[in-house]
Amino acid sequence: MIAFLIKRLFHALLVMFVISVIAFAIQDNLGDPIQQMVGQSVPESERAALREELGLNDPFAVQYLRFAANAVQFDFGYSYVFNEPTTDVILRHLPATLELVAASTFLIIALSIPIGVYSAIRPRAWLSRFFMGVSIIGISIPVFLTAIVLIQLFAIGVSWSPFPADTGWGAWLNDLISTDGGMPAYGRGDPVPVFGTWETNFASLEGLTYLVLPAISLASIMLPLFIRLIRAEMLEVMQSEYVKFARAKGISLRRIYFLHALKNTMLPVITVGGVQIGTLVAYTILTETVFQWPGMGLMFLDAIERSDIPLIVTYLMIVGLIFVITNTLVDLIYGLVNPTVKLTGKPA
Amino acid sequence: MTTSTPTAASSSTASRWERFRDSYLLYSFKRDPIAQVSLAVFILLVAMALLAPWLAPMNPYDLAQIDILASELPPFWVDGSDPAYLMGTDAQGRDLLSTILYGLRVSLIIGFGAVAMQATLGVCFGLLAGYLGGRVDAFLMRMADIQLSFSTLMVAIVVGALFKAIFGGATFSTYAVPLLVLIIGLAEWPQYARTVRASVLAEKGKEYVDAARVMGLSSRRIMFRHILPNTLSPIFVISTVQVANAIISEAALSFLGLGMPETQPSLGSLIKSGFDYIQSGSWWITLIPGLVLVVLVLVINLLGDWLRDVLNPRLYKG
Repeated sequence: MIAFLIKRLFHALLVMFVISVIAFAIQDNLGDPIQQMVGQSVPESERAALREELGLNDPFAVQYLRFAANAVQFDFGYSYVFNEPTTDVILRHLPATLELVAASTFLIIALSIPIGVYSAIRPRAWLSRFFMGVSIIGISIPVFLTAIVLIQLFAIGVSWSPFPADTGWGAWLNDLISTDGGMPAYGRGDPVPVFGTWETNFASLEGLTYLVLPAISLASIMLPLFIRLIRAEMLEVMQSEYVKFARAKGISLRRIYFLHALKNTMLPVITVGGVQIGTLVAYTILTETVFQWPGMGLMFLDAIERSDIPLIVTYLMIVGLIFVITNTLVDLIYGLVNPTVKLTGKPA
Repeated sequence: MTTSTPTAASSSTASRWERFRDSYLLYSFKRDPIAQVSLAVFILLVAMALLAPWLAPMNPYDLAQIDILASELPPFWVDGSDPAYLMGTDAQGRDLLSTILYGLRVSLIIGFGAVAMQATLGVCFGLLAGYLGGRVDAFLMRMADIQLSFSTLMVAIVVGALFKAIFGGATFSTYAVPLLVLIIGLAEWPQYARTVRASVLAEKGKEYVDAARVMGLSSRRIMFRHILPNTLSPIFVISTVQVANAIISEAALSFLGLGMPETQPSLGSLIKSGFDYIQSGSWWITLIPGLVLVVLVLVINLLGDWLRDVLNPRLYKG
């Protein structure tokens, strides 16, 4: 176990090293701190002196080591636009993104497990076919389009009147297929402060309504994937010897499905799933853009728009760190949960 | 695209057409209505895109044809529409049907271009990693792992942002098509590399490879002439799905403003430009191109599903 742990940690460090080299190369080639510090009017000789003084003429490796030493202490310099440490800017935007990801993860887990298990237990039922059909359509809809459709339906509202409105049943049917709108679809309202810069949308009912549409949009990318994955794994487990044996022994079906089969279904789902939850952070960029959700993704796009290089670099490092931590944790948890994994070698 | 795959593999006495006619691929295609409809819709969309200059009522790239007074007209079934503009107009007064046809063209070009790019990179790296093994394998696959753990979208956004910062907005817009092909190709090659490597590992131990090696053929010849043809079916299966992914990636990048400019719109940039007007009630500018995008991606995904069931390669899992 210790050897496995050390190996995984070493791997994680290696990945962080690669990310930091890339991030530093970006900063080194694209950012000009002198330009930002002194502006246009300072003569070239003074610039050169300042450049020398700040050590910007040092070799790449020396400058990288300086960057890395600061990075370890979460010091990435100042944002050009906000004029404050980039880590402060990120910390201010981090809670919004994390809450969005948390809400989506909750939706994904709450929906994909029952649907996936159901469609594996009854693969021929019309409801299962319906879910499978919806899930392939779901895979084909880009997340920003889901978001736009949700906005049209539930924030703006749609009124259809294909049925005669002057008859009672016609008006009723028209009402049924029309939507009112009115759901908030812009920003996160007035989140309740918890401590420091952390404000939460979970504390009030009004805050939760702001979270609904963005969270559904974000969940919609991963939901079809998880449903299909759980279904496929469950179908495979149902064919296995031990399930057949349990059935032959006369154990109740409910017990077989939910106690014996589900356990082994969830093993691969943890590995694939854990990594995918990490990549949800990438999709927050799109979701946050549509809903103007003030999280890290929107901040990152703004930083690109304004060429705020230090902020871009910090975002890359922080998101890289989040990915590396989730991946490592997933691997470790998988090693702990699955007794067949050889902990000294690679997971099976 | 998909139907010619089995005929290209090797040579024998029967003509290509005869072998295709008797193939299992065609047999299962005839029995699968979903695949037939998907292929029909796909061919229709590609034809519409190719014939856009002749089909479209106006040329959206030609500023002289644009009438700003005719902006934000609704499609024909809504009150207040103009019969000259079947699908309505966008905020700049461009005929929406024409911009969609031209946009479909841009999306398809980038989708196929990006897949050609990533297939070239991925097949080369996959062959090298699988055949040579050792350090090369460890290095290439670790790179693929790192990139995949970041999700291809994230990599594409970051590379896109960098290119935009390096070249500047104006140059980026001018060369947007080749740059997007490069960006998406760079972001998604690991999918190919993993699949190819897995099948190369399975092929490497077979006798024909040993025979070729004993004959003293060069590694390059063995990789490309002997092993590669035997790894084609998984490559074709993931290629269909990857075209769909590349089209979605392009749309996502354009939606974020890192893709096609609005003067030369793809489906993604049309959706983006329409999104600004959705609150004022002009839903069609964003939702009609969106619908076209979804249909295009859906039929490609359905074809990919069918192809995977028929060819049934052992795809790299997880």
